[in-house]
Amino acid sequence: MATPARKTTGKRSGASSHVSFLKYADYRWLKIAVGLSALAILTYALIDVEPRPSGSSWYGYTLGTIGAGLIVWLALLGLRKRTIRPGQWTLKSWVSAHVWLGLSLIVIATLHCAFQFGWNVHTLAYVLMMAVILSGVYGICAYTILPRQLSANRGEMTQAEMLDNLRSIDRQLHDAAQPLNSDLAQIIGASLDDDPFAGNVFARLRNSYPNCPTQLAFAEVSAAARDRSAPGAEDIARAVQILSRKVSALSHIRRHLQIKAQLDVWLYVHVPLTFALVAALFAHVISVFFYW
Amino acid sequence: MTSTYKVAIVGSGPAGLSAAARAAQLGVAHVLLEKTDHLSDTIFRYQKGKHVMATPSQLVLRSDLDFDAGKREKILDTWNAQAASQNVHVRYRSEVTAITGEKGKFELKLSDGDVVHAETVILAIGTQGNPNLMRCPGGDQPHVEYQLDDPTAILDEHITVVGAGDAGIENALGLAADPEQRNVVTIVNRSPDFSRAKDANVKALTAAAEEGRITILTETSTNRIEADHIVLDTRDGELRIPCNRVIARMGSAPPRGFVESCGIEFSSKDREAFPILSPVFESTAPGIFVIGALAGYPLIKHCMNQGYDVVEFINGNLSLKPADEPILEAKFNKLPGNRSVDDWLELLRTGIEILRDLTPLQMREFTLDSDVRFVRAGEVIFEGGAPGSSLFNVATGSVHVRINPNDPTIVVPIGAGQMFGEVGLISGRKRGATVVAAEDSILMEIPRTAALKLIATVPAVKRAVTRISIERQLLQLFKAGLSPGDIAEVVESAETISVRAGESIISEGDENYDIYVIRVGSMVVERTIGGKPVFLSYLPAGSYVGEMALIEGGRRTATVRAAVKAEVIKLNGDAFRSLLDRNPALLERLKLDMATRKDVNAHIETMKSTFSDVADMYSSVASFLVENGIGEATDVLLIDEKLCVGCDNCEKACADSHDGLSRLNREAGKSYAQLHVPTSCRHCEHPHCMADCPPNAIHRGLDGEVFIDDTCIGCGNCQRACPYGVIRMDKVPPKKPPLLNWLLFGTGPGPGEPSAKWSKKYGDPEAPKKAIKCDMCSGLEGGPSCVRACPTGAAIRISPEQFLSVSQMQKGE
Repeated sequence: MATPARKTTGKRSGASSHVSFLKYADYRWLKIAVGLSALAILTYALIDVEPRPSGSSWYGYTLGTIGAGLIVWLALLGLRKRTIRPGQWTLKSWVSAHVWLGLSLIVIATLHCAFQFGWNVHTLAYVLMMAVILSGVYGICAYTILPRQLSANRGEMTQAEMLDNLRSIDRQLHDAAQPLNSDLAQIIGASLDDDPFAGNVFARLRNSYPNCPTQLAFAEVSAAARDRSAPGAEDIARAVQILSRKVSALSHIRRHLQIKAQLDVWLYVHVPLTFALVAALFAHVISVFFYW
Repeated sequence: MTSTYKVAIVGSGPAGLSAAARAAQLGVAHVLLEKTDHLSDTIFRYQKGKHVMATPSQLVLRSDLDFDAGKREKILDTWNAQAASQNVHVRYRSEVTAITGEKGKFELKLSDGDVVHAETVILAIGTQGNPNLMRCPGGDQPHVEYQLDDPTAILDEHITVVGAGDAGIENALGLAADPEQRNVVTIVNRSPDFSRAKDANVKALTAAAEEGRITILTETSTNRIEADHIVLDTRDGELRIPCNRVIARMGSAPPRGFVESCGIEFSSKDREAFPILSPVFESTAPGIFVIGALAGYPLIKHCMNQGYDVVEFINGNLSLKPADEPILEAKFNKLPGNRSVDDWLELLRTGIEILRDLTPLQMREFTLDSDVRFVRAGEVIFEGGAPGSSLFNVATGSVHVRINPNDPTIVVPIGAGQMFGEVGLISGRKRGATVVAAEDSILMEIPRTAALKLIATVPAVKRAVTRISIERQLLQLFKAGLSPGDIAEVVESAETISVRAGESIISEGDENYDIYVIRVGSMVVERTIGGKPVFLSYLPAGSYVGEMALIEGGRRTATVRAAVKAEVIKLNGDAFRSLLDRNPALLERLKLDMATRKDVNAHIETMKSTFSDVADMYSSVASFLVENGIGEATDVLLIDEKLCVGCDNCEKACADSHDGLSRLNREAGKSYAQLHVPTSCRHCEHPHCMADCPPNAIHRGLDGEVFIDDTCIGCGNCQRACPYGVIRMDKVPPKKPPLLNWLLFGTGPGPGEPSAKWSKKYGDPEAPKKAIKCDMCSGLEGGPSCVRACPTGAAIRISPEQFLSVSQMQKGE
């Protein structure tokens, strides 16, 4: 291999520094966001706009332009996240700025409208924005609290391994059900036929699966196993043992899916509302200029 | 048969076939003896549809037969057709059992009793095709097989696989992979464990056994084989099980006995040694020529070229230049002095100390692998701290090593004939010092694999490299203006010791005072506090340990054990003490180093008394990381699970930065204290993957990354060699439509790795699989995409020196 004079081409960038997105660069974006909000509040208090503060004063337009610019830029995170190009950028710094500047919108937009609300497209845009921010606040909390729970529950298993494990228990359960009487076999059959993840998003979020056939089968077959003198007691005991493993494997993976759902669910609010917000924002801006 | 052929060619693989074709073209009376009933058995036995690669790509093919990368079937068809049209004289089912006679009148005895007479013999029998056979009664039945072409073609059978090496395990897994095939598979292993097989294979096998798909019988051997049963001797007695097919994978041996019986000498007693050959491939038995894999050239192109060349030589064309001549010419024509290739080779061989014992053939080979360079006075050859693992030799001129990074005037000269760069070669660590050309010089740079091969094949090279490297390493380590003369006594006393992972070189409380220099691998320093080992520090290759007991006297204060398999240089304590007595500056330096270490120890001990849990955490996290291969890593991806939201953006970014294939699996891998080591390359000091790469396609790059270049032939050796399972074999998927098309119109698979289904639908079904692994996003501005694309800061990349601070932060939160 031809190797002319060597020198290293890259340095370990700041991206590697081990801090969370909230603390990125020593809370740089928090400081900027607080500064921006403080400046807005201070100027709002000091500048005497005639006849009264409103979105249609020069001051209101200034804050409005900043706010609209921020909203559009914040929405572009979705594009940034998916555009993996070389360069000195890190998604962490983007997310950090997204979070803190997004929160500063509460101040900027409220001062922009100068507390004037009504049943119109302008307030609709405001409400949508607040909804987006609220869902985002949930996201921040979820991202702060849930990962360690996810990790603790997951152990060293991947999701695919959990599913594999469940399938292999199902195979054993299928074999174990063969020697049982038809009632018990049917009960176990119901557990085998059941899609353990069926149910709506709320069931998944609450991790509540009433009437789970596996739970039922476990209860019924355990009850049958109490009679140790019954014919085939050994086979029944074996089925109970496998069922108890399935119950625990199911609760493991369901807990995993619950946390995953809790981590993801807010995005299904945050992102569509952002699209609605951007549309409402355009309507708001156009109508303002139309009726000027 | 009474007529005497001019050449008898034994073996119809690429080498033998090409030789026969040349003989046919030249009108030389020849016979090609093939053991089986078809040509080129090794390639014939490749599994169906296998894509055969044509490497090295820069080598020109010189043969009367065509060969290009392609499917096994196409290649065999071409050769069969061309062998027929060129009137190659083949004698099938002719296994040669003995070669007697001498040049001009050889007699080749065949297994059917016939004798072939020939003036010269070309041995092209390769090293395959010689499996160890079943020797028990019934082992000669047709249902006892030594290979498995297509496991999916076997249905509804009871199969016993004998031998639990990788080949056996892979066959057994293949046969039991699909329950629809309804095969009953038993694998028989003579020993109690599976020490010969790769970890991943053993895991897959035990998993399959737990699921009831395969039966494993350990400490078991075959007693006899019956028509539809096999009788096994198990630990608990005889066991007779149904068996329709036996697949014996008990390894194969090079047919050394046969080759030696022909009067051919090997270069050494080593199992992997090759016959001694002249530049025209003639062995030590005059008139017998050896080419192909048996001569040490396993690649098809090499073999075919040698077949052509050897017949030309035998036919008297001694002025024929080898096919690699143009490549060597190109290598040399950048150099001043307009010499011929042979002159240059001779100049390098005689000029460079370690190459003196090489044969002209070996010389050509090493020169092909190496780079010969002309450097002007003052030119920097490499910088200290740069990665690099090649070995440099000064052919003419001289260079200066700048041993003090702050003062370029302090240099150690290295003159003509000597080598440098060996520390990087041996330790796999970065270059220790900057080297500049002192005058106009000609240098030969031998890349790592070629250099290791050189060290392994020429004992004199090994001795020289070891002695020089110990001396240099000491000079570099202790600096302080030492000269080689000062340390001669210490070098004399030095002893190289290999240490198994986990074994300790120094034990707390011992009363000795030798000094150890870590040459390969890394060590951890521990101290027993309150009955528990507490982690003190990590020592990478290139550092030394043990000075405290020497300087201060007293017992050893800590235990030093190998984090991974390591090699240390043990320096005699007394010899070292007299060196210190003579060099107060060195003593000062050592005391300075020692003070830093003592600070760390004291810090940890205070921490221990106040926060016992914290110190426990610190050492257990550290040892977890060491156990997971971070001890031999140079750069590793870690995921802080307190921050990871499982979005897999790292994997998507990885795929989008590299041809659409992700080189990491975030979820897989071990975790400890919410620090996760995902399945992703650690860029080991001594990459296991590099060990056996036929086209030598794996290198260490400028930023220390281990990467696979485009010459990969997709053989999968590296994947099997990697103990961390980070290499995957896959086809490069087709290009995706742009992101906006997906965002706005939903075309294409979106960001990240496309689904296998999508790739199959739009991809090229003929595309060969290649080995894919992390290259640390080398050459991409901004560094590794996985880290840049992590939204929460969970993904970090660290080198082992940094991991302690990471684990410290872990506990701080």
